[in-house]
Amino acid sequence: MKTKSFVEINSEWSIIQARRLGRSLSKYVGFNQLEQARITTVITELARNILLYARQGIIWMEIITAGGKTGLKITARDQGPGIKDIRDAILDGYTTSDSPGAGLPGVRELMDEFDINTMEGEGTTVTTIKWIDGTRL
Amino acid sequence: MDHDKRLKTYEIMLTHYMKEREERTLYRGQQTGRRMIEQNVSPDEVVSMHIDVLNRLVPDLDGRVRASLDFLLEVMVGYGITYRQHQVLRDRQKQLDSEIEIAAALQQSLLEGSAPSYDYADIGVISEPAKKMSGDFFQFVHSENGCLGVALADIVGKGIPAAMCMSMIKYAMDSLQDNNQAPPVVLTALNRVVHRNVDPGMFITMLYGIYDPENHTFSYSSAGHEPGFYYSAKKDDFEDLEARGFALGFSPKTQYEKYVRKIAPGDMMMLVTDGVTESRTDKGFVGRKMIAGLIREYMNLPAQELVDNVFYELERLQNFKFRDDYTLIAVKF
Repeated sequence: MKTKSFVEINSEWSIIQARRLGRSLSKYVGFNQLEQARITTVITELARNILLYARQGIIWMEIITAGGKTGLKITARDQGPGIKDIRDAILDGYTTSDSPGAGLPGVRELMDEFDINTMEGEGTTVTTIKWIDGTRL
Repeated sequence: MDHDKRLKTYEIMLTHYMKEREERTLYRGQQTGRRMIEQNVSPDEVVSMHIDVLNRLVPDLDGRVRASLDFLLEVMVGYGITYRQHQVLRDRQKQLDSEIEIAAALQQSLLEGSAPSYDYADIGVISEPAKKMSGDFFQFVHSENGCLGVALADIVGKGIPAAMCMSMIKYAMDSLQDNNQAPPVVLTALNRVVHRNVDPGMFITMLYGIYDPENHTFSYSSAGHEPGFYYSAKKDDFEDLEARGFALGFSPKTQYEKYVRKIAPGDMMMLVTDGVTESRTDKGFVGRKMIAGLIREYMNLPAQELVDNVFYELERLQNFKFRDDYTLIAVKF
């Protein structure tokens, strides 16, 4: 199995593709069923954010190892408007769109590592990692 | 209870229930549910645990049932996220509550706790916020020549913004150099402070008065404040302590007029904030007439008991739900 792949996000259909890829990669790495469902949710949220705010972007997925641990790294990148107030965007309970989705706080909550890099007018990159036997789950 | 132990307990209970279908086991199941809530186990984790256990107990589970459970788990993940976010918000709420608690205590320390005692007047005061923090302010000002100054202010609005504004009034009052300044001078000075420091949309009504025991006069000025109640013993009737003047902060050029009233022994004054006169019951506003009636009912009690009783009656009329901050000051001569 290829351990590094990406999906271009530009439609609802591409969200399904990204989910499918994420689920098979997380299964391959050895995440249990609940973790697979959560990782798929994270991918969905990131993809929906791209679609909603930037119209298009890319989601990368990569199996990584570090310090004897194996994990799945997910990177979402777009060249959209960027996030003006990151603190608000990743604050729990805060979502700008009234969608009932998890938003970035939910993503951060479900994953072990979370990093966001954004510039107003230049786009956003969210990098997040889930380790097997990570502390959060 | 860690994950493995929880899984084991759940497995035992589920095995038992699938075999015996006993109410006792259902009861235990609910208790376990409650414990899991205490341990912050989220809904999707419970479903996941159920699927794990079921797969172990029924290895030949129908494929369609298995698929339906996978589907359920997927649906539940969103609930799990929402559940965790609610916990975060709940914790933040607790933290906020305790901060407000501290701020409210700090604010209370700005208000003089009890009324001062004078041999020529019996004074009672009660001040209660609608929420935790108050937008009402009162202060008694003692001057060397034996005069008694009374300040009562009501910040329009309530809660934290009003409370912050209230402390400003307190410090502005304290910074007035002379304790025996005429009421118009005091209000004019405060009006400048408020106008300079407060949002245009926010204003403050205030009444400031001085009782001179030598001349038996009460001179006062009002910045749009609710008129006080005045009881004349001679007439055995209530009058309004009328006074005109714009609220503080309205315009920097406002001039305040001085009103003087001759006081006779047996007279009484009740100063209030508009929360009191705008008390509402199911049948409408309580109104000044009804409040005068309440004052009359308890007028023969000492001033503190008088305000306490009137306050209690108002509380009762409104089913103990306050819509505004309440302050009552009674001065019996």
